[in-house]
Amino acid sequence: MTTHVNLTRWLIWMGFAATLIIAPLVFHSGASLSLLSQMGTMMILGLSYNMLLGQGGMLSFGHAVYSGLAAFCAIHAMNYVGNGEIWMPITLIPLIGGVAGMCFGIVFGYVTTRKSGTTFSMITLGIVELVFACSLMLPGFFGGEGGVSTNRVTGKPFFGLSYGPQIQVVYLIAFWLFVSTVGMFAFTQTPLSRMINAVRDNPDRAEFIGYDAQKVRYLTLVISAFFAGIAGGLSAINFEMASAENVSAIRSGAILIFTFLGGIGYFFGPMVGAVIGVFLTVMLSGITKAWQLYLGVFFIIIVMYAPSGVAGLMMQNFRVMKYGKFSRIATCLAVVSIATSIASLGIIIGVEMLYHLSLESGNGSEMNLFGWTIDTMKSTGWIVAGVLLATGAIAFTYSRRPFQYAWRTVNAEIDDLIHKGNA
Amino acid sequence: MTVSLDLNKVCKRFGATEIIRGTSLQIMQGERIALIGPNGAGKSTLFNLISGRSTCDAGDIILNGKSIVGLRPFEINRRGLTRSFQTTNIFHGLSVYENLRCAVLWSLGYKYSFWHRLNGLKDVHARVENVMEQIALARRRNVAAGVLTYAEQRALEIGITIAGDAGLILLDEPTAGMSRSESETAVELIRKVTTGKTLLMVEHDMNVVFGLADKIAVLVHGEIIAFDTPANIRSNSSVQEAYLGGRVSSEIFA
Repeated sequence: MTTHVNLTRWLIWMGFAATLIIAPLVFHSGASLSLLSQMGTMMILGLSYNMLLGQGGMLSFGHAVYSGLAAFCAIHAMNYVGNGEIWMPITLIPLIGGVAGMCFGIVFGYVTTRKSGTTFSMITLGIVELVFACSLMLPGFFGGEGGVSTNRVTGKPFFGLSYGPQIQVVYLIAFWLFVSTVGMFAFTQTPLSRMINAVRDNPDRAEFIGYDAQKVRYLTLVISAFFAGIAGGLSAINFEMASAENVSAIRSGAILIFTFLGGIGYFFGPMVGAVIGVFLTVMLSGITKAWQLYLGVFFIIIVMYAPSGVAGLMMQNFRVMKYGKFSRIATCLAVVSIATSIASLGIIIGVEMLYHLSLESGNGSEMNLFGWTIDTMKSTGWIVAGVLLATGAIAFTYSRRPFQYAWRTVNAEIDDLIHKGNA
Repeated sequence: MTVSLDLNKVCKRFGATEIIRGTSLQIMQGERIALIGPNGAGKSTLFNLISGRSTCDAGDIILNGKSIVGLRPFEINRRGLTRSFQTTNIFHGLSVYENLRCAVLWSLGYKYSFWHRLNGLKDVHARVENVMEQIALARRRNVAAGVLTYAEQRALEIGITIAGDAGLILLDEPTAGMSRSESETAVELIRKVTTGKTLLMVEHDMNVVFGLADKIAVLVHGEIIAFDTPANIRSNSSVQEAYLGGRVSSEIFA
């Protein structure tokens, strides 16, 4: 049993490492590499955030403070390296970010983690506004409105790494992503991590088995801030600049949304969230002006109907497959999915036409969508959108119940099997 | 015999209401004491004062020779006092095994460690297995505590309480809400796990009280009006008078 688990675990880690090595070779265009860099950075940030939210039940609205301030520190460190004031290979700059993040964690965390729950959330919101305000008041460190910039191609190449080509940066991020993921996973296997789970569930009780709930939260936050700092350092190397936006509440909110989308109940959830979140932010924003609307609606749907996130959906379906019962839900699932897709298509066409009408009607009423030319002033497009939405909605209404029934039956059977296995 | 817990004229008021009025009580090491009294007598308040959940306004509480007044609950726990709760107070999202593992970590010296690998800690594992065996939940080890049956949750509550191997155990109505047979099982469990320990427990079920306690303390209106062996308490007229309002005495004290 144990050897089986260990073997699976090794396979997963090796698969992860292999993916990190192969992905940049497959997706090697400039845009893809930039996307991969951002995904890698966001994965570290999301995982570090989930140490608070998923493992510790701490809903922080200010996690970008740690990564953002670390990014500023990393930029200044790189500038010192560039001026020859200190010597340090760029490869190790993320470590500077990590230490900086940890130091700010020690300072701010001391204040925020004194309370839990809503109060904790409120204080983090206060801290993020405070730091954001400081970023405009202290131009020496933050560079004012324009931020501070640097040049990562500096000093002598270290082991042949100049970080001029983006591919080298991608592999640098991949390296730190792997190290950080191993580190954060290892953390979940330690006494402190188990106690932050306990404090999440019942801080009161934790105090009666010898633990200071505040201190458990504080130490966890400091460690989380360290990894957030590594992500900040990497983003500094990747973008060669940092500005007030890096420490803003908006950035903090994005971390929260991506992590939750991915799924806070699973260790790898935030990684899924980072892939989806960055993909939507970068790709979708290039395609449509309504991308934030889609992201918002997606987030609301996940919060309401799948609070375990995309990772949760994946694992629930995987569980059904593992017990060989997937064929029994496959048809219903397919029908529901098709119905949802049709309705979504109708909504998307409608939304896109509305956006065109209100924002770009000056350039004529015609627009391009999915390769077709649609005239927003004529009724055809609206009718198509309406019919698709209505068809999808009706199909969804009728296919929902059979799916729910099949899903519940299958899962009840599996629960039964597990229960019998335990008894 | 040495004194385990010494309450010295402890007072506690909420606003103008004095809940605990100069309570004094001495518990020797190895004794099993039952604390009884009518509803609102201040039993749970007294437990909260002793365990550090709230602080007393006057008086002194001495644990193993040292005052623990003003200490936080985790500090008192580290000095060898553990308590259970009247309403089940467990880590509902964690499995039975993890609940107990959390409860033994501090006592085995792992503190806030993030450099030990949990699954490699043999002493922790052995202790958890041992407690799980005692509370008869070994078969349910991987079940989330939140979905256990009520009786199982109560057993887990006791398991968490005793897992840290503290010398003084406070149990707040351990058999509350249990059926007769469940309650009998619970009494056996308590007897087993408190062997060699000092026990102070609040209990309403007189069968449990007379079955377990070496001595009984009667708390009425925030004062200990009697502290004696079960036999003497049973025949104590002032206890019957005060505790039962002199109405149904013989029925319960039979």
